[in-house]
Amino acid sequence: MANNEVKIDVAKLTAKDFQSDQDVRWCPGCGDYSILAQVQRVFPDMGKKKEDIVWISGIGCSSRFPYYMDTYGFHGIHGRAPAIATGLKVAHPNLSVWVATGDGDLMSIGGNHFIHACRKNIDLKIILFNNRIYGLTKGQYSPTSEKGKVTKSTPFGSVDYPFNPPSLALGAEATFVARSIDREPKHMQEMIKRAAEHKGIAFLEVFQNCNIFNDGAYAPLTDKDVKLDNVIVLEHGQPMVFGKEKNKGIKLDGFSPVVVDLNDGKHSINDLWVHDEKDENPIRAFILAHLTDSTDLPTPIGVFRQVIKETYDDGVENQIKAVTQKKGKGTLHQLLYNANTWEVE
Amino acid sequence: MAQVNGKEVKSLSEVTVRFAGDSGDGMQLTGSQFSDTTALVGNDLSTLPDYPAEIRAPAGTLYGVSGFQLHFSSNDIHTPGDTPDVLVAMNPAALKINLKDLKQGGVVIVNEDSFDSKNLKMAGYSVNPLDDESLTGYKVHQVPITTLTQTALKESKLGTKEVQRCKNFFALGMMYWMFSRPIEPTLEWIESKFKGNEDLIWANQKALKSGYYFGEQTEIFTTRFTVDPAKLPKGTYRNVSGNEAIALGFVAAAELSNLPLFLGSYPITPASDILHYLSKYKNYGVKTFQAEDEIAGIASAIGAAFGGSLAITTTSGPGVALKTEAMGLAVMTELPLVIINIQRGGPSTGLPTKTEQADLFQAIYGRNGEAPIPVIATSTPSDCFYLSIEAAKIALKYMTPVMLLSDGYIANGSEPWKLPNVDELETFHKEFRTEVENFNSYDRDENLARPWAVPGTPGLEHRIGGLEKHHITGNVSYDPDNHDFMVRLRAQKVAEIVKDVPDLEVRGDQEGELLVLGWGGTYGAITEAVDRILANGMNVSQAHLKYLNPFPKNLGDVLSRFKTILIPELNLGQLATVIRATYLREVVSLTKIKGLPFKSMEVESKISEILGGSNGK
Repeated sequence: MANNEVKIDVAKLTAKDFQSDQDVRWCPGCGDYSILAQVQRVFPDMGKKKEDIVWISGIGCSSRFPYYMDTYGFHGIHGRAPAIATGLKVAHPNLSVWVATGDGDLMSIGGNHFIHACRKNIDLKIILFNNRIYGLTKGQYSPTSEKGKVTKSTPFGSVDYPFNPPSLALGAEATFVARSIDREPKHMQEMIKRAAEHKGIAFLEVFQNCNIFNDGAYAPLTDKDVKLDNVIVLEHGQPMVFGKEKNKGIKLDGFSPVVVDLNDGKHSINDLWVHDEKDENPIRAFILAHLTDSTDLPTPIGVFRQVIKETYDDGVENQIKAVTQKKGKGTLHQLLYNANTWEVE
Repeated sequence: MAQVNGKEVKSLSEVTVRFAGDSGDGMQLTGSQFSDTTALVGNDLSTLPDYPAEIRAPAGTLYGVSGFQLHFSSNDIHTPGDTPDVLVAMNPAALKINLKDLKQGGVVIVNEDSFDSKNLKMAGYSVNPLDDESLTGYKVHQVPITTLTQTALKESKLGTKEVQRCKNFFALGMMYWMFSRPIEPTLEWIESKFKGNEDLIWANQKALKSGYYFGEQTEIFTTRFTVDPAKLPKGTYRNVSGNEAIALGFVAAAELSNLPLFLGSYPITPASDILHYLSKYKNYGVKTFQAEDEIAGIASAIGAAFGGSLAITTTSGPGVALKTEAMGLAVMTELPLVIINIQRGGPSTGLPTKTEQADLFQAIYGRNGEAPIPVIATSTPSDCFYLSIEAAKIALKYMTPVMLLSDGYIANGSEPWKLPNVDELETFHKEFRTEVENFNSYDRDENLARPWAVPGTPGLEHRIGGLEKHHITGNVSYDPDNHDFMVRLRAQKVAEIVKDVPDLEVRGDQEGELLVLGWGGTYGAITEAVDRILANGMNVSQAHLKYLNPFPKNLGDVLSRFKTILIPELNLGQLATVIRATYLREVVSLTKIKGLPFKSMEVESKISEILGGSNGK
């Protein structure tokens, strides 16, 4: 019943309905514009009423996102968006709660909240705007910057290793892990839809170009001439084929992924690794996440893994129901007087 | 003097007992059972648990000694007692640590079995104090508690270690006999505590009964005592600790405001019990979220407040330090939230299990920017119930975070509480904004509170956050004049809460030589000190602050009516500093930072000194 009502209601919504009255203040050419546009394009079809959607963010360029969405929004403090979102979702479980965050916000100062939101499988949708740089503080290296990165705070190159966000999410037991790219609008829309449909924590990393402080960070993945050789699009149940001519594939040699040439006469499509995003065993998803460790292997985009288990917020509701059924709804009088009491005459 | 079974029965008006032993000896349990039973027989009581931060410090060590002091009386009392009349020492270390506090001529009951060479050495005794002159002047009863427990439980299926662990119930049984308390409440408690483990139930119950009968039969004890029920006001009573009263207060506040209660919290001593209590109240719809850290504790509560819950977060000083940035966010977003600080010894990790009042500056000032929040402080365990409701009321009415201060002494201490009639508790329903027309997220009502528009409400979609807000519209604003205006507006909103703050009441003469001004957990010690000064025919007045920001509007006037103001505090004079700064008047500061509450004698002695009396006693 309620679902039908919702659908009739939201059929009228368009992308424009999700645009707030605030001027968008990102730098011209920023990849964030694309993420905003794809979200606004997808949201009318989500089957959710505008008032039931909340965007929560931390601090950074990406975290201005809630101001531009005409939904409920909360621009929080640095790193804490998943924790604020968790409280809101647990208190008010029928809301659709989204987190807009960046690589500094989520992977550095907010790392603890991120892994615990994943572990608890709280029904949140987290979009990581990963530009591998601190933009709002004007160009320091971030926890996803490649080793050796020269920035204002690392004039001789950074000496630390970056996080691999999908690997971190998988390690923290996230039930939905996906990646897209700012320059692939259709693919990103698909990923946003998939995240929205997932019941449980959904983590979507979006490679996003910062044209001011880290321009071209993803050029090999976005330049028309080379991207098809450098990106592999993950599709559930499909063999892992890529390349301009669709002539390359990935084969699993034990736990090692290797690129094979489908035209060399030695390999056929039947030899290739068939992607199974529902695999209960997370090992292959980890291998996928680590394809980026080698320059010989393509970078995957798409859904790495999706598994279903009870969410934290449902667990809380179910426990309250079960205890209330057993004990009966408490009253103020019981609260105070159901104890060892005595009378003074 | 009455005689029962050939033993004297002496009636006393008040007694202070201290149980002391290893931290693994179950002294806290023994003490709290004695308290609960003592409450049930109708005495007024006050307790002071005092235990080390280590859970099971090595047995026999001085630093592993855990104590529980209990003062009970047929009169109205306010403190756990300055000096115990009776000390139960389970081992030499417990005797060594606690003997100096015992009243001259007091009763010492020792577990003789534990006075072996190993334990004596660990306690630093070169000679057994039971054999030399050390205990001269005390009434010493040596009882082989371990052996007697083992004998009583020889049929038990439990192992030797487990049998020995029942000795605290034997000791409790003895004390029940000595002070004429019934053993049934504890028998029932054992039954429910160890439900499903018949062997443990049998052994602990048997140990308790054996201790009781031992008291009756042994010739060691010649005297038994009774303490008549206190002449308390008519009503239904229960015993309550400060932390339990806070939990009950917020469940009640949620019912009274018709809002769901959300607690976001991270375990920390001495606040964790509030989380434990609240997590039991699922059938009241209470949601407790044990967060990954202190910051997530408050951040989740802020999220829940945005979503329309009565949201709270519980912690102690180090946790408040971590929550500070988020408290600023709650100030900026003007969401209702209560931050509960059960103060402990600081700085840093400090003295986790000991009490202190040194977080007052942190509560009033401890945030970046101009970030005023209301601060209120509880003064006794049962007071925690009412001030929790008060904190919730202020938070909702004024759309502001509120700091509720308690301390380890109030939190773990307990007292009989005359239960309120629930129908007489005032409701305070808060309306969410639902009307779409003319909605502005930073509009103001007559209390300067902004509207609470909760996600899920059609047509009120809006954005809030930590950036400065434009007056009325709530849009981000960097306008200098707007910022100046908003900073003053937030300050004014908190200052105007004074209209709901009751005038400070002065006990005794309304003007005169000396006013003792207190706040928080020093209430009992100050009250008892003032009682004694008055009984000695000297004149002093007393006032106790519950509202520390804003102060009651008559405070300045009250201060001006006394020649001297004495402020006793368990810190280096924080309230004294605030009073000096606010009212530009000198005060006398009495400070103590030992992780322990004031003894009433310490306050009394200072009052006497100021009044030019006999310098106390």
